[in-house]
Amino acid sequence: MANFKTVEVTTDLLILGGGMAACGATVEAAYWAKKHGLKVVVVDKAAMDRSGAVAMGLSAINQYVGLKDGENTLKDYLNYVRNDLMGIAREDLVASIARHVDSSVHLFEKWGLPIWKDDAGKYVHEGRWQLMINGESYKVVVAEAAKNHLAQLKDKGELYERVFIVEPLMDGDRVAGAVGFSVREEKFYVFKAKAVLAAMGGAVHVFKPRSTGEGLGRAWYPPWNSGSSAYFTIRAGAEMTCQEVRFIPVRFKDGYGPVGAWFLLFKSRATNAMGENYMETRKPELEKWAPYGQVKPVPANLRNWLGMMDIMDGKGPIYMRTEEAIQKIAAAVVDEKERKKKLKELESEAWEDFLDMTISQAILWAGTNVQPEEKSSEIAASEPYFIGSHSGASGAWLSGPADLQTEATKKAGYSWGYGHMATVKGLFCAGDASGASSHKFSSGSHAEGRIAAKEAIRFIVENNSQPKVDGAAVSKMQEKILQPLETFQQNKAKSSDPNINPNYIKPKMFMFRLQKIMDEYAAGVSAQFCTNKLSLERALELIAYLKEDADKLAAEDLHELMRCWENVQRMWQAEAHVRTILFREETRWPGYYRRADFPVMKEDWKAFANCKWDPKADKWEMIKRPVVSII
Amino acid sequence: MPSFVIPEKCDGCKALDKTACQHICPNDLMALNKELMKAFNREPEMCWECYNCVKICPTQAVEVRGYADFVPLGASVVPLRSSDSIMWTVKFRNGQVKRFKFPIRTTEEGKAVPDGGFKTGTDDLKSPLLFTEPESLGMPNVAKV
Repeated sequence: MANFKTVEVTTDLLILGGGMAACGATVEAAYWAKKHGLKVVVVDKAAMDRSGAVAMGLSAINQYVGLKDGENTLKDYLNYVRNDLMGIAREDLVASIARHVDSSVHLFEKWGLPIWKDDAGKYVHEGRWQLMINGESYKVVVAEAAKNHLAQLKDKGELYERVFIVEPLMDGDRVAGAVGFSVREEKFYVFKAKAVLAAMGGAVHVFKPRSTGEGLGRAWYPPWNSGSSAYFTIRAGAEMTCQEVRFIPVRFKDGYGPVGAWFLLFKSRATNAMGENYMETRKPELEKWAPYGQVKPVPANLRNWLGMMDIMDGKGPIYMRTEEAIQKIAAAVVDEKERKKKLKELESEAWEDFLDMTISQAILWAGTNVQPEEKSSEIAASEPYFIGSHSGASGAWLSGPADLQTEATKKAGYSWGYGHMATVKGLFCAGDASGASSHKFSSGSHAEGRIAAKEAIRFIVENNSQPKVDGAAVSKMQEKILQPLETFQQNKAKSSDPNINPNYIKPKMFMFRLQKIMDEYAAGVSAQFCTNKLSLERALELIAYLKEDADKLAAEDLHELMRCWENVQRMWQAEAHVRTILFREETRWPGYYRRADFPVMKEDWKAFANCKWDPKADKWEMIKRPVVSII
Repeated sequence: MPSFVIPEKCDGCKALDKTACQHICPNDLMALNKELMKAFNREPEMCWECYNCVKICPTQAVEVRGYADFVPLGASVVPLRSSDSIMWTVKFRNGQVKRFKFPIRTTEEGKAVPDGGFKTGTDDLKSPLLFTEPESLGMPNVAKV
């Protein structure tokens, strides 16, 4: 594009993203960069105050180990994560995050996040690992600390907002920076860096969501998380892990309001339409998934699975018995005046749970006149998401910190010099970008950003040379990235409708095509989360056509150009997912997906299913890696 | 049409280079019609109903109408966010109104102190201790497995 200006920015550390992990990385990097006279550049596709998955707020912090008061040990947390993920977890990475997460939470409190406290001044727990917060401004407060610290670097600290990152820059096997474009002005950005920290979130809208009208945007995880991290790391040639371990949350139906407070704090039950508690009636099923089926709490995917079995047996809808839970709590208060006060308190807590983080659910309750103390509300399994920070595990395969390795993990190849660095030199990952370290949520993602940032600074100090960037290759990337704008201009005269044209495809329809493939062949909602080898191979066939058509994406403006690349990113996440489900010939997480041709869990698949795309040969390699415990 | 703009209340944020809602929307949905000087949600079906445009609007011109493909009409949820708390007015389809107020932060806006007052124990890049640690951990060192 003739009008595009190319802006070159050279830095020591480049942080990509603006969510919890990127904010953690920024606040930490600023300290170490100052000590060592280094520059830090942060690039966010949105405005950091309200970007990422915590943009709306949160009503709870889901990872707090409580180490200082001896509430739990690291070993307790490792056991919890390993069991929830059916044995598949990188315990060295989980431990690395868990030993720092409380420190991040203590910082949040100092920065101004209101954390609920009891009369004795102790944090109020929602569950064993969860803390209740007044979290409407959680992200604002966390971003503020990061920005304030970055500002202390003066001209050596820069934040670029509304710049969308597309591709990595490489110097052989070392990352050399990233390229992208502004969604506000005609500027193409070339960031050159000695180390890059990817923290651009997970992926939503890879699968067809349950709501496809206006409610398309009401995904459980935010619709702006388009797989930027996965795309960036895959394209850099990094080995990826757990690309099959999608996450399917069970939430209040359609609005996707949180259920944690109802299950954990209010001790509510969920039942089918006949009033049966599937966690009891389906208990024998759990034995099939031993040993994980027999631990407490029952793994998230198995809880999903028992509910799904009821649905498939025609026993839906499934309800959260809110009225029962509230009445039970109220009944325990003998004095009538006190009871009324308690009910008022519960009502406020229940509504805040939605208003802090899923306001849509409050609108849905108000629109359907729901009084939770009188009437149950429907819950349902959502569509699949890619979110390595929750009860999914997809992300890059990272090096574990050296001091957390054992002889066995060293032999298994879990560590290669720098903690939380991918298999590509100088490329660090955190939050949803990092794999096999589930259950870090908002607080652990922040902590992981901090850990990765400190290690990235160490990498820069120990490898202090600016990687070479091939100018011709960058020009080619620029041309390719901006091509959708050209494609539109060149072809728009061929149709009176800008969206229907024989020579191009608009990003929205491109996304719908991807979603339809994934939904029908790769175990989406309409396939009841079930697939087999032939369906997956068919998905790959159809994705191959889509990949070819990606060259014909068209954009009318910068906003649509971003949508084009977001959907290319989703497509790559989809391909990694399909290939990995195909590779793992068993069913291990039945409440996430089932292989009809391999319906049971197999001992020889108690292993990581990794994959790697070779940028030179344009070929995927599938790799099986051992699972080794550190406890 | 999840978030929508009430024309008589929106002034296009007057002389500012972009509107407040354009500045904040995490999904780049809000746009300005320069002829009318009115903002609008250009892609309502990609709206998460995160309410950031609603909360930031200086003239309270942005509201949310629930996703019409599953929310019956007639309800509204309206926030009023101040520097330390947020007040919500929830109007039900049947006309009932509930009001809730929650704190949002305990420090003055803009004043989050990066180290939270915690000292950093070591400047050794090879140590697992992060900045503010071990003090922010509340322990003498990082926990061992």
